Amino acid sequence: MKSFNYHAPKDVKDASKLASSSSAFLAGGMTTIPSMKLGLASYKDVIDIKNIKKLSGIKVSGKTVTVGATTKHVEVAESKDVKKAIPALAKLAGNIGDAQVRNRGTIGGSISNNDPSACYPSACMALNAVIHTNKRKIEAEKFFTGMFETALKSGELVEAVEFEIPEKADYQKHPNPASRYAIIGVFVAKHKKDVNVAVTGAKSCVYIDKDLSKKLSSNFSLSAIEGAEVKSSGMNSDMHASAEYRANLVSLYAKKAVEAC
Amino acid sequence: MASLVGSRVERKEDTRFLQGKGRYTADINIANQTYAVFVRSPHARAKIKSVDTSKALKSSGVVGVLTGKEIAEDKIGGLIAGWAIRSEDGSEMKVPANPPLAKDVANFVGEPIAVVFAETLDEAKEGAEKVKVDYKVLKAVVDPAEAMKSDAIHDGVDKNLCYDWLLGDRKAVDEAFAKADKVIKVDLINNRLVPNAMEPRACVVDYNTASEEITLYTTSQNPHLSRLVMSAFGGVAPENKLRVVAPDVGGGFGSKINVYNEEIVCSWASKKIERPIKWVAERTESFLTDTHGRDHVTHAELAVTNDGKFLGFKNETIANLGAYARVFGTVTPTYLFGPCATGVYVIPAAYSNVKAVYTNTAPVDAYRGAGRPEATYTIERLVEKAAMELGMDKTEIRMKNFPTQFPFKQTLVHTVDSGDYVAGLEKAKQMADYAGFEARRKKSEANGKLRGIGVSSYFEACGIAPSAAVMSLGCGVGLWESAEVRFNPTGQISVFTGAHSHGQSHDTTFAQIAADELGVPMENIDVVHGDTDKGTFGMGTYGSRSLTVGGIAIVNACKKIVAKGKRVAAKMLEVNEDEIEFKDGEFVALKSNKKKTIGEVAFACYLPGQRDEMKSPIPEGDEPGLIESSFFDPANFSFPAGSHICEVEIDPDTGNVKVEKYTAVDDFGRIVNPMIVEGQVHGGIAQGIGQALHENTQYDETGQLMTASYMDYTMPRADNFPEFNLGFTCTHATSNPLGVKGCGEAGAIASPPTVMNAVIDALGGQEISMPATAEKVWKACKAMKKSNAKAA
Ligand SMILES: Cc1cc2nc3c(=O)[nH]c(=O)nc-3n(C[C@H](O)[C@H](O)[C@H](O)COP(=O)(O)OP(=O)(O)OC[C@H]3O[C@@H](n4cnc5c(N)ncnc54)[C@H](O)[C@@H]3O)c2cc1C
Repeated sequence: MKSFNYHAPKDVKDASKLASSSSAFLAGGMTTIPSMKLGLASYKDVIDIKNIKKLSGIKVSGKTVTVGATTKHVEVAESKDVKKAIPALAKLAGNIGDAQVRNRGTIGGSISNNDPSACYPSACMALNAVIHTNKRKIEAEKFFTGMFETALKSGELVEAVEFEIPEKADYQKHPNPASRYAIIGVFVAKHKKDVNVAVTGAKSCVYIDKDLSKKLSSNFSLSAIEGAEVKSSGMNSDMHASAEYRANLVSLYAKKAVEAC
Repeated sequence: MASLVGSRVERKEDTRFLQGKGRYTADINIANQTYAVFVRSPHARAKIKSVDTSKALKSSGVVGVLTGKEIAEDKIGGLIAGWAIRSEDGSEMKVPANPPLAKDVANFVGEPIAVVFAETLDEAKEGAEKVKVDYKVLKAVVDPAEAMKSDAIHDGVDKNLCYDWLLGDRKAVDEAFAKADKVIKVDLINNRLVPNAMEPRACVVDYNTASEEITLYTTSQNPHLSRLVMSAFGGVAPENKLRVVAPDVGGGFGSKINVYNEEIVCSWASKKIERPIKWVAERTESFLTDTHGRDHVTHAELAVTNDGKFLGFKNETIANLGAYARVFGTVTPTYLFGPCATGVYVIPAAYSNVKAVYTNTAPVDAYRGAGRPEATYTIERLVEKAAMELGMDKTEIRMKNFPTQFPFKQTLVHTVDSGDYVAGLEKAKQMADYAGFEARRKKSEANGKLRGIGVSSYFEACGIAPSAAVMSLGCGVGLWESAEVRFNPTGQISVFTGAHSHGQSHDTTFAQIAADELGVPMENIDVVHGDTDKGTFGMGTYGSRSLTVGGIAIVNACKKIVAKGKRVAAKMLEVNEDEIEFKDGEFVALKSNKKKTIGEVAFACYLPGQRDEMKSPIPEGDEPGLIESSFFDPANFSFPAGSHICEVEIDPDTGNVKVEKYTAVDDFGRIVNPMIVEGQVHGGIAQGIGQALHENTQYDETGQLMTASYMDYTMPRADNFPEFNLGFTCTHATSNPLGVKGCGEAGAIASPPTVMNAVIDALGGQEISMPATAEKVWKACKAMKKSNAKAA
């Protein structure tokens, strides 16, 4: 690992001031530290944001659940409030990686990194989340822009993620047997007006499967998507899974999620 | 006194391991040490046009940079192949030079080209980045099945062929096949595995400028052998000026048998730069450069009669050696593989033909089981398929072909001294509730799942030794083992062994046997291993040999202690030696019932003089002191055997395979510590299930290792396994006085075919290759649905 300056600011303003094109925020470090160790990334300044109190914690209001950026996966998984308001979100967090990863990894790090096989982005999309940054509020749909890419600008910091509480929801994941990231993950959320089926792992970036969402919006039942075909075109094909296999899993896990709702 | 052998004594070593007090090579630091970082080839095959070290030498903190040029100038020898194998036509095997730092060509990704030493690890890394190597990239040979048709990667190795070896009689086999009612055929790939010891390789070298002695701390399974090889072949230092210490070692599985490039280079360089050197592999370096395991492409056939009798067996295998032939690289796919490929069966005629090829991939060497898992996979897939094709029960066909007389002269090489294969399989059937399987299959089917059951019966030749046999098969050294037992004057005992414990629990089991022999509490005994300055000599630990060879050397040395103790006690008690009985740590004069404890006798041995009424206790002709050693070379290999049964359930929608039940019944002869043996079996089965279902080493067509981290290489985890159901049968080995057989590799040998037989059974006989990953199984399920639909 190349040497770097370590900073641990106490508030968001200082953190943002320290940021530059050769800096990184350090949340759980589950992605940042391995990439630095492997020499895939190097930074002049590493800005540890874990000491910024206001970035951590879970708040439930009537309609939404807001999770602070540095809230760890284990905290979401074990939160009584989350379990009550959006059990599917707690379930998702509880199945991320392994215990070590859940004890350090954060929601802010996860969505800012926007790994194509990460779980949280699918929840953001399906639960109409709003990403609060130190500069603005961004809708999930506009936040995830591509493979490992987001709408965040240099120095912009995610402060919290605000999820809409659905009527029903479930998350189903086929884990990569090696890393336990999602080979594919499907988040189904039934809101008052419509249904969102968000898919992660299948393509270069999380997306809403419009066809499945539409079918379920008009009739939220297994039969509505029983024969629905999920196309493999545009899906990832790698040594872990072919596009064809991924397509099969998307349709299978969408059904499983509907069933579990 | 109750015997300790046979009891579940808790592990002595666990106290330090569980408290984080283990002392591994990376824990060792020497004042003024430098840090080494290796510059490695990023290409699988490339000409090295030039290496420019000038910028690196100027980099901050860099103490020295060395390349293949300097090591060649100093005439330091390369890495070696330990066994000479001859081809069927009598010609010698072709072994290319394997220099510690590649000078002219690089032959696999990760092969070291140069090394940088610096004051800190970061500075060494920076320096390494500044070494400029000019490569001319060449087309890599990756696929073993294609290697013989590709460009030769080594000068003088035509068709990339190391040898084309034959064991057995082709003519007899042809005749047997001519008589067959049916010929069963399989095409198999034994997938390449990365050993993944928990502790990556490391070395720390300390050169003493005054004594000119090099001390090498290293992650080795066999420190004495390392010293011998580095001295005799590397020319690094004379043996008396080289001390090799392998302290706590976190797993080896065969990958730490070899003396590697890094140890040779750092030892040589420490003398050159006159500074201590520390090198610790990163996980990626382990993936790229630790010797890998398996990697066979096999076509095999079994000739059978309609009523299920085996008549003949043939095996044509291409074995991938990787870029170079290493210590056990050439014997693993030949004498450790071929003879066992006929399995636990009476088969009148058989042959194994193995073509070993070089490719631009990491060298392949012994990995837990070494050759015997490949052998067992070959025969047990054939047998299972035969049962299916003949419509016979899987266990019945096996029973029908088991030998019932022991010693059993196996078709190709071995004479198996003892065993009871029928008893093992019967017990496994009972424990696995084999009879109840169909009901369970129906239940799974009702839930939309496919259930399968697989059996495998194995034997293996381990406990390698015996020297006479292995040397006649091409081994470069004898494979005996030594022990020294030191009874200290104040009563504690140090047992020195040439075996090395890197997870095998020798501290405990060896203390158990010595305590029984000497009649003293285990707590009084310390087992010392892993240091060429402590103890006589040794061949190390691999091939399930520690107890059956090293343990017996301890027993024999203890017997010598007792024999001398008897003479001394007789003199002390003023009786004839034949009137003394040794029991429970006491020498008793039978007539008078006067006694001396072994501790008193030991003390006396160190006080040979006379004073006042005290007479010398040392009989005439004996010397003072109580230290004995033994070199044990057994008369035969040891032949553990058993039957394993596995049940899997497949979800046809995802292809996920769940191991529902795993039953293992093994015959390891007499068992010293059942708890430790169970641990060994658990670990072996876990590795075997890993091979069957998860572990998938993949190189791309340019020779880049695609699975070089845990993000991509699937190690099996606890939640992949059911509770293992273990049982034992026991026939004593006749080749050693304890009646013990090796147990370290059996689990990894028996389990891959057991699991695959179950998967293939669930898939209605459709063959798929290892690892049976979810996607492969899903595809097979789809094909099955299609053909079922057609049939309907
Ligand atoms: C073995 C393993 C398995 C995993 N399995 C899964 C899985 O199954 N599902 C899953 O979803 N994830 C998985 N992950 C990812 C993990 O859960 C983390 O979410 C992820 O590694 C990043 O989170 P972090 O808090 O560690 O971020 P860090 O590594 O600290 O940061 C990651 C990136 O985000 C930036 N960043 C961090 N916080 C902020 C912020 N508040 N605002 C702006 N930018 C920020 C950093 O600058 C950096 O670029 C796995 C990771 C590992 C190592």
